[in-house]
Formats: sequence, structure tokens, C-alpha cells
Amino acid sequence: MRGVPAPVWIVLATAAFGALALFHLPAFYESFIYLCFFWVVLATSWNILSGYSGYFSFGHAAFFGAGAYTTATLANDFDLPFLWTLPAAAAVAALLGVGIGAVVFRMPRLRGELFALLTLAVTFVLATIVSNTRLDGGPGVYLSGVAIPRIAASPSTTFYLMGLIGAAATLWIAQAVHASKLGLGLFAIHDDEDVAEVMGVPTFGYKIAAFALSCGLAGMAGGVQAVFISYLTTGETFSIILPLNVVLMSVLGGTRHWLGPAAGAVVVTILLYAFTAGGHPVAGRAIVGLVLIAVILLMPSGLLGRFAPRAGGRARRRAVARAAIEPIPAEVEGAPLLAVHGLAKSFSGLKALDGVELEVRRGEILGLVGPNGSGKSTLVNVVSGHYARDAGRILCEGRDIGGLGAHRIAHAGIARTYQIPRPFAHLTVLQNVALPARFGRLAMDRHRAESEAMHWLAFTGLDSKADALPQDLNLHQRKFLELARALASRPRLLLLDEVLSGLSPTEIDHAIETVRNIRDAGATIVFIEHVMRAVMELTDRIVVLDQGKVIAEGKPDEVMRREHVVTAYLGRPHA
Amino acid sequence: MPSAALLGQSLLSGIFVGALYGLLGLGLSLSWGMLRQINLAHFALAFLGAYLTYQLGLAGLDPFLSLLLIAPAFFLVGIALHWIFDRFKVSPFNSLLLTFGLTVVVESVIQGIWTADFRRLDSPYTALKFHIGNLYFPFAGLLTLLMAVALSVAVWALLRYTDLGKAMRAAAEDAPIAAAFGIDTVALGRMLSGLCAAFAGVAGVAIALTYTLAPSQIYSWIGVVFAAVMIGGLGKPLGPLLAGIAIGISEALTMAVTAPAWAPLVSFSLLIVVLLTRTRRV
Repeated sequence: MRGVPAPVWIVLATAAFGALALFHLPAFYESFIYLCFFWVVLATSWNILSGYSGYFSFGHAAFFGAGAYTTATLANDFDLPFLWTLPAAAAVAALLGVGIGAVVFRMPRLRGELFALLTLAVTFVLATIVSNTRLDGGPGVYLSGVAIPRIAASPSTTFYLMGLIGAAATLWIAQAVHASKLGLGLFAIHDDEDVAEVMGVPTFGYKIAAFALSCGLAGMAGGVQAVFISYLTTGETFSIILPLNVVLMSVLGGTRHWLGPAAGAVVVTILLYAFTAGGHPVAGRAIVGLVLIAVILLMPSGLLGRFAPRAGGRARRRAVARAAIEPIPAEVEGAPLLAVHGLAKSFSGLKALDGVELEVRRGEILGLVGPNGSGKSTLVNVVSGHYARDAGRILCEGRDIGGLGAHRIAHAGIARTYQIPRPFAHLTVLQNVALPARFGRLAMDRHRAESEAMHWLAFTGLDSKADALPQDLNLHQRKFLELARALASRPRLLLLDEVLSGLSPTEIDHAIETVRNIRDAGATIVFIEHVMRAVMELTDRIVVLDQGKVIAEGKPDEVMRREHVVTAYLGRPHA
Repeated sequence: MPSAALLGQSLLSGIFVGALYGLLGLGLSLSWGMLRQINLAHFALAFLGAYLTYQLGLAGLDPFLSLLLIAPAFFLVGIALHWIFDRFKVSPFNSLLLTFGLTVVVESVIQGIWTADFRRLDSPYTALKFHIGNLYFPFAGLLTLLMAVALSVAVWALLRYTDLGKAMRAAAEDAPIAAAFGIDTVALGRMLSGLCAAFAGVAGVAIALTYTLAPSQIYSWIGVVFAAVMIGGLGKPLGPLLAGIAIGISEALTMAVTAPAWAPLVSFSLLIVVLLTRTRRV
């Protein structure tokens, strides 16, 4: 059963429901199933952005409403046939989403709850504009004059089939995104957006793409629903109830599974209907509220949470062959691999980097040392694009990469590790390592990325943990996971930020051996470390930073004997 | 252009409605800023308080006496709510979803008991108003303003000058560290949560004195009060009141100058601008 791919299931289910239309069910049943389809489309479309990437939108009513009023305006005022208005409804809603996304996704560190409120506010702004202009004008819009296309014998069958096609298309899109590179990127954004960007995921573009898809599908559903209910008011269309229902359905079903929101939608629609038909609509709403509370407290990953397939596609473990290390060709001549000139970065007055000058030559291990707070980690953060520089130039093979987004710096072949490991918590160890291979400089396909990942897991001794989640690793293993992730993108320049801190002496020996092997494979390394034994053993050259400035540079044993370097580390003697 | 008297009266009504935004926002801002709980149910509690005031009013109880009953009762509700949040370690975002569920439940209960029809508290204060020149001052509005100012200033002074308040701020800043210094963060959290719920009850009495009640109106306040909270700054006791009055005045002037239907545009545009420009503060 688990071997059957999801699209096949979708086609089979669509065929079965399509065949049902031939039996001429009573109009009532067809309309009820249409409503289920309608909520499946809304909840599933919401989940493509909000469930996968974690940006919960409370503005789904805005996009639904944009679609509904587009259809109403085009069909009533411009006499466009109903079906022709639907692509326009989807396009208007998608454009609205792209416009909002282009503004809000540019904000640094936009937190989830702020995005939720922003999208909610957009809903009310749109509602006010629609109700005060000719689009609605206040009293509402009738669509009873719109001709319903004769797809089937009766209008109810027509809507049934339209709902079926909409739901099938939406589910197909949702599962395709889930299994694609886009889906993997969105799940990485969900876990740690900064790290995803540094690993090469174009986070801004991915969020916009997911938002556009999500809004477009909601807009299309709005267009169909507008004619189905045949009377629109801004109060009902842009109500807060719609996004809340959609969130409830998705959370209930499970946001990490492409089918979760659909399952939640069907359960909630049936539940609400059962109580309404029984004459207790108010009790039905109360039950739905209680169900939401119970799910959040007791089952946070939803009904289908435990069955969620792995993001970014099925792993083909058996086919994974261990590729030999391809040495990175050592180019002796030409510009230095990395050159930093006059680099400055301040944090509200504190100069973390104050005119740093340094060069990294091909094939070397450059030690970057200095007391705590000297600017070492800030330098890594600025070079990798995590922070924007204030001034100065960062040249990678002569090309200024200082103004590029972090994912484009990753594409240029610069990888880094984090001092405190930051794995993607919901992705397996293998996926964590395969991600930079897929999104990095070489943009490998899934199959190659996974064999590449297996190679580096074996290299760091983590191959037995490939299917574990990062939470099952100890600190030593997480440090090596950081290393494997950085290596899997086949970087030309590797920035190692205190990979040894917190390790025991034997673990340090193992790590030093590993770093040496990496260099022998042809990588250039910037090695930031406090463990002096490792610095002395490994590095070809060191640069000493103090208070954001380079104070010394040269051979390790010679530099560390210089008086001003000793002073920077230990302070001035008081004798 | 409307007359000076009309503008003056809109200004006044803006201040009074803004005071209510501030009163509602106070508890919301404290629980969000200091407990990291985004409590949508605050609005449901406020309306529950309003309906209770209405019901007690039917029984002949003076709204001031109702206040004395509702505030302590809601304090206990707040403590119970915090117990749940603490017991299940609810994240800030899940708190939003959870309290939405709670809001729906409370709304259904209200509709089940009092139906969806409009209800209006009948008390000696509802129609009471004072005239000064061309302007009139409704008693309920003045009372709302007074309560909002008194509570906001009291909380501000509590947090700023007392040891209890300092302990609360320390617990909000970093709970584990505060606990390491001997502060009982859980007990403080319960107390703060209880206070916030009691404030919702106070706001409920103010709503009952001024407005006609319907269950669905719970949702109509969410946007504008959130705007006041965000503009005022999370966890800042005076913020929601000042921001609420600013929003109330700008809404009232918009209504006087253009059509009343345009008023929501002001508060929500303000909210969007604040969210986009001041993310660091909120």
C-alpha cells in the first residue's frame, strides 16, 4: 500500500467521486459534498504556505474574498462567462498575495504571530475598501443572474464536479510541492530560516512562490463559491471565521502532511453539518472549539501527523552509493580565494568589525583567533551573508559578494558551521546533510544529493544515524552533523566556527584528524578556534583579531609569541 | 467640512471609545508581553463579563456591584487558564490557536444562553449624560475613561515601584534566571494571568454600559484592540491606553469627515504600518 505513489491515489479517488456523479444523487447530497470539497481546497491551499513553512496566515479570507469579488465584478459588470472569470479570480488573489509577500517577507526576523496579525489586518483593509467602492458598495452583490455552465444535467452536479476538480487539483499541487525541492526548502524555513538561507535556500523567493500558489487556489475557490451562494456581502466574505476554520482544519488534520488539512476539513464540515441538521448549530460550534483545544493540547501534530511522509521526496536508501571524494582542483595562481577589505559592522554603536583586512589563499587552513568578543563570529556571519556589512568589500575570487543574499553566497561556494549546532529539527540527519547538496553550489538532484550526504555521513562517522532526528544525537554528533552539512555542498571555502568547543580531549583528536582530511581533499578552510593545540597543529597561517581589528598575521608559532598578541589575550602585566 | 461642535463631539467620542480600546488592550498587552500568551479569549471573557452585567442588571443589581462580583470571579478564571498554559507548556503561537478555540466555545455558550438577539443593559447610568456648552459627556464614557486611566496607571506603578512588580518584570525577561534568584515565576504568572482576566471583566462592565450586545461582536473588536496593543508596545501598561485613544480619535474624525464605513481603514492601516516599521519593539 505504501508503495503506491500519492498522485495515483488522487487520480483513483477523483475517478471514484466522478463516477458518483453519474448516479444522480439528490441535489442536497451533491451540494453537501461540494461544501466538503470547498473546504478541502481552502484548507489545503492555506497549508502550502502556512503549514509547510510555518508562516501562519490569518488572511485567507482576503484572498478568498479577492477571488469572489473578482468573479462577481467580471460576471455582473463585464458579462464575462462564469468559467472565464475563474482564472482571473485566481490571478487577482495570487497577485495580491505576491504584493503583500514582497513587502512583508522583506522584513528581517518577521515572527509568526506578527505575520498572522498582518495578514488579518490586510483582510479588514480590503473588506473596508470593497464595501466602500463600487465593487460592493455596502448592501452586497447578487450573482443569481450569472449563467451556470452546463457541464452536467443540473446545477448541483455542475458545482459538485467543479468542486471535485478543484479539490483534486489542489491536493495534487499540495503533494507535488511536498515532494519537491520547493517543499524541502519550505520545511527547512519552518525549522530555521536563517540556516536554510545560508545553506543556499532562496527563502524569499520560495515564500513568495508558496504564497502565490496558496492565494491563487483560495481565489479560485472564492470565485466558484461566489456563484454557488449567489449573494456576497463583505461582512460574510471577509469574516474572521473563515481563516480560523481553515487553521482549525489544518491543525486538526496535521500541517506536515499534504493530506492533513483535507482530512481536517472533511471531519469539521461533517461535524458542523451533523449538529446543524440536528438543530443544534450552536452546540456544533462549541464542539469544534473544544476539539481545537483538545488537539492543541494533546495531539499537536494532528490526526495525520505521525504518518507524514518525508519532505522533499522519498529517500532511496538502497540505491545510495558512496561516491569517492572528488578532489577540488587546486588552482595555484590568480586572485586569493577570499579577500576582505575595510570590512566594518556595528551593533548599535558597538564596533564588532572595524576595518578588517584579510586574505584567504587557496588550499590553506587559515586560523582566525582572538579573545572573546573580538569579532571572529561576526566576521563569519558577515562573510556568509547572515548579517549585512556596514562598509567594506568581500571579494570571492575577485567578485564582490558583500551585497548578495546569503543563499547566493552559498551558491558561490562558501559554507559555514555554527558554533552552537543548528540542525533542522524536523528533518532526518540524512535530509539535513542532503539539503545543502541540493541547494548549494552544485545544485545536485535528489538522488545525487542523498548519495553525497551518505558519503559525508560516513566521513564523519554518522552513517548509522542517517534516519535519526537531530534530537537523538549527542553534542559531539551534532557538531559532526554541522560539519557534514557544510561539506555536503562541496564548498570551495569552509568557515568552521569553533567546531571543537565543548568536546572532550579524545573527541578533539578525532575532530582534528577529520579537519586535516577535509583539507587534504582540497578544501580551503578558515578555522576559528579557542583550542590552541588544534590551532597550532592544523593551521598554516593565523590572523589575530582584537576589538574588531586585525592585530597580527603570520606563522602560528611566531605570531602567538608576539607581545601585543599575548597582551590582547591575557591583559597587560601589572608588575 | 463639519462644524466645530460636531468635530468637538467626535473628538470626545473618540476619546471615550479609545479608552475602551485601552481597557481591553491592557490585559491583552500584559499577557502577551509578560507571559508570552496571545490571548484571543480576552475578548470572549470581556463579552461574558458584559452579558453577566446585563443578567445581573435584569436581577436588579447595580452595575457597580456586579463589577465587585465579576472581577474576583474572573481573576480565578485567569488563574485556571494559566494553569492550563503552564501544565501543557503551550507555545506563544499555540496559545493563539488554543484561545481561539476557547473564544468559539464561550461565544457558543453566550449564544446558547442569551441567543443571538441584541441585548441592552437597562440601568440608571446608561442614559445619564452631562452637558457643558454644546458638548455632552456620557456618564458611561467618562466612567470607562476613568477606569482605564486608573487601572493603567496602577499597573504601571505596580510594575515600576514595587518589589512584586520588579519580580514580575524579571520573570517576564527571563523566567529560568528569575527562578534561579528565588522568584516563584509560576505563582507570579498565575497572578498576572488572573489580573488580566479581571481586567477583561472590568472592560465587560464598561461594554455593557455603553453598547448593545450580540455574541458575534466578540470578533469585531479583535483587530482594532490588537492595533492599540501593538502600537502601544507589548507589556507596557500605559501603551494600549494612549494608542487606543489615538486610534479612537482618528477613527472618530474619519467618520466625521468622510463616511462612517471608512473608519476601520484607519485602525487597520495603522496596525499594518506599525507592524512593518516597528517589528523590533513588539
